[in-house]
Amino acid sequence: MSTSLQRTFIVHVEDRPGVLNRVISLFRRRAYNIDSLTVARTERPSISRITLVVVVDDREARLLEANLYKLINVLYVEDVTHQGPLVRELALIKVKATEETRPQILQVCDVFRARAIDVTPSALVVELTGTPDKIDGLIEVLRPSGIIELVRTGAVAMERGARSPLADVLDAAPPEQAA
Amino acid sequence: MTKAGTSPKIEQVPTGHGDSSSGSAPEHARSTTKRTGAEIVWEVLASEGVEVVFGYPGGAIMPIYNALHQRPIRHVLVRHEQGAAHMADGYARASGRVGVCLATSGPGATNLVTGIATAMLDSSPLVCITGQVPASLLGSDAFQELDITGVTLPITKHNYLVTRAEDIAPTLREAFFIARSGRPGPVLVDITKDAQQATAAIEPRPPAVRLPGYRPAHHPSAEDLTRAAELIAAAERPLILAGHGIIKAEASPQLMELVEKTGIPVASTLLGLGGFPATHPLSLGMMGMHGEAWVNTAIQESDLLIALGMRFDDRVTGNLKTYARKARKIHVEIDPSELNKNVQVDVALAGELRRTLTELIPRVARRTCTPWVQHINALKSNSAARDIQYMPHNGRLHAAHVIHDLWWLTRGKALMVTDVGQHQMWEAQYYRHERPRQLITSGGLGTMGFALPAAMGARLAQPGEEVWVVVGDGGFQMSAAELSTCAQEGIKLHVAIINNGYLGMVRQLQQFFYENRYTATPLRNPDFVKLVEAHGLTGLRVTRREEIPDAVAQARASPCTAVIDFRVEQEDIVYPMVPAGANLDEMIRRPQDESEVCATSPWSSGAV
Repeated sequence: MSTSLQRTFIVHVEDRPGVLNRVISLFRRRAYNIDSLTVARTERPSISRITLVVVVDDREARLLEANLYKLINVLYVEDVTHQGPLVRELALIKVKATEETRPQILQVCDVFRARAIDVTPSALVVELTGTPDKIDGLIEVLRPSGIIELVRTGAVAMERGARSPLADVLDAAPPEQAA
Repeated sequence: MTKAGTSPKIEQVPTGHGDSSSGSAPEHARSTTKRTGAEIVWEVLASEGVEVVFGYPGGAIMPIYNALHQRPIRHVLVRHEQGAAHMADGYARASGRVGVCLATSGPGATNLVTGIATAMLDSSPLVCITGQVPASLLGSDAFQELDITGVTLPITKHNYLVTRAEDIAPTLREAFFIARSGRPGPVLVDITKDAQQATAAIEPRPPAVRLPGYRPAHHPSAEDLTRAAELIAAAERPLILAGHGIIKAEASPQLMELVEKTGIPVASTLLGLGGFPATHPLSLGMMGMHGEAWVNTAIQESDLLIALGMRFDDRVTGNLKTYARKARKIHVEIDPSELNKNVQVDVALAGELRRTLTELIPRVARRTCTPWVQHINALKSNSAARDIQYMPHNGRLHAAHVIHDLWWLTRGKALMVTDVGQHQMWEAQYYRHERPRQLITSGGLGTMGFALPAAMGARLAQPGEEVWVVVGDGGFQMSAAELSTCAQEGIKLHVAIINNGYLGMVRQLQQFFYENRYTATPLRNPDFVKLVEAHGLTGLRVTRREEIPDAVAQARASPCTAVIDFRVEQEDIVYPMVPAGANLDEMIRRPQDESEVCATSPWSSGAV
């Protein structure tokens, strides 16, 4: 039995009503908690891309992938966990900041290459794009100052290199027609 | 709209396959005329070769029903929509074609749910068409509005909500394509009422269905096929496990060829029965929870399992940790998500079964398995002693007698449809299924109430067949209302109620595992003969074994559906039994000390 770990799936789907629901239902049915989920359109019209992070073991990951392929509107599934993909997440953090504490907070943000996007006399809103780890790091550093509100997008991921696996699939011959 | 009370004349018009519209007068100028969405529904159904649909009208599907008028498609009016889904399922299982059912929105649609789930679990191709409230009312909790695509999302292979008339034809064509291709399954198409009423053009020559994400056809690699052939050559104690896929893929001739080339014995799953002829010397019978003892023992002792179109269901494997531990495993399966799901295999062949076997057989070396088969035959020897068939007459009518005698009296040729419970297992054990599609039963979902409506669908698919329904007194009452449909539609069935006055399988579990506390399992039944006669059908009763031949003869002679109420031994047990989660060879066997063994049964052909 292999151990469970956080796995990242990229699911390319047709952009149609209900598709996200079908994908998520696979995980819901098996009582998995989804750690992170992002969905948006892609460079191709009518194709959306789901980045999904979930804790499963090897066997479960393989079965999930096979079951994702059973969904009619799923075009291509990548389990990029072991490929060292490029992973990014966006966070907006609203943190307490007075005249006295503001410079110190901004200094910390600078170290993380985070940007202040709103300043009021009592608070700052900071924007950070980075790996989920890096965002966790900034949150920990800002927590003592008093985080008022926090929102994260969840991870988006992409394989390194020049290849687009989806292109191979979409340019392939159409499936065989039933007799 | 037409008045609700004026029902369309349901005329039976025989029609050929496929093109049913040629030459009919109202079909003029078909390429340019716009049609209503409702008319398009029937146009597509006709072009898909649909000859019969099962359904129940209602407000949100009335345009479609209205457009059925004078169509060359037969409509069977059921008494409950669940019956419509089961009938379409029975039709599909008996014919291999797509079964079609119709229902209105809301409660009509939800009543289909059990039937759709039954089809899903047994990979039966269905297209279910439901009416929906007008698109402008979606999400408003309008009268009889229900999110049926949401409800059926986990129990359909795919489903659609259609809100525009121009989407109806392409969607229905996709639905048929998805339902019948790859691993078959049910597809639901929910059509809003305004889409049914709106008009759209329909192309006379529809474009081919193109679904870029749908890949129903898989083919194993040549290397994997060769590896499988090598394992088969090297095995000393190989077994073939034949599943439902043999029947779905119509791969029985290939299975026979493989067996004749290798001499490997064949065990069947419940749904695989009939995929390999039961009277073949290398047919072992059913495996699993109520499988034959020698089969389960042989599985545990085997050194190679060749699993064909089956999915290692927990009813088949028992405890997975101890399942066939000495065996290497080859698994051929059309659905890749079934490979390595329950059982880790050595060679996983994702592929269409008939084609895969056709490619595998030439690679397999000719061989025999004589010592292994002799060993298995020796395992059988003490089983006859435990068979109720061979026990002396004690005056009581056992269900096993009924099934055995039905097999004998129908010469093993009837199309058998069973419900779910003890009688289902006795049917599987005592009827000998010789050909594919001879047994229709709910295996995956285990749906009580399935048999009667499914048999009606099967009978319409195979009008030349003698169809027998084997059903318990509990399950019969779950869909007994469809007797009325049987009478109205003139569908002739033979129904054997195995009446033991209990929910027998649950009572058996109570006896074994709940210290004989028969909570909520005794049934106070109506007089089934009178119930059947109230429908204008033939009702018969049998209480002694010697009455069986006469009752069967009367049922067969009856011009209409005939129901025989077999009053069988009340507290009989299905033996053998592997308790849930136990090791496959930890079987509870019929006690031998009851009485001495009778060498021959009056009905037996002598074979074990």
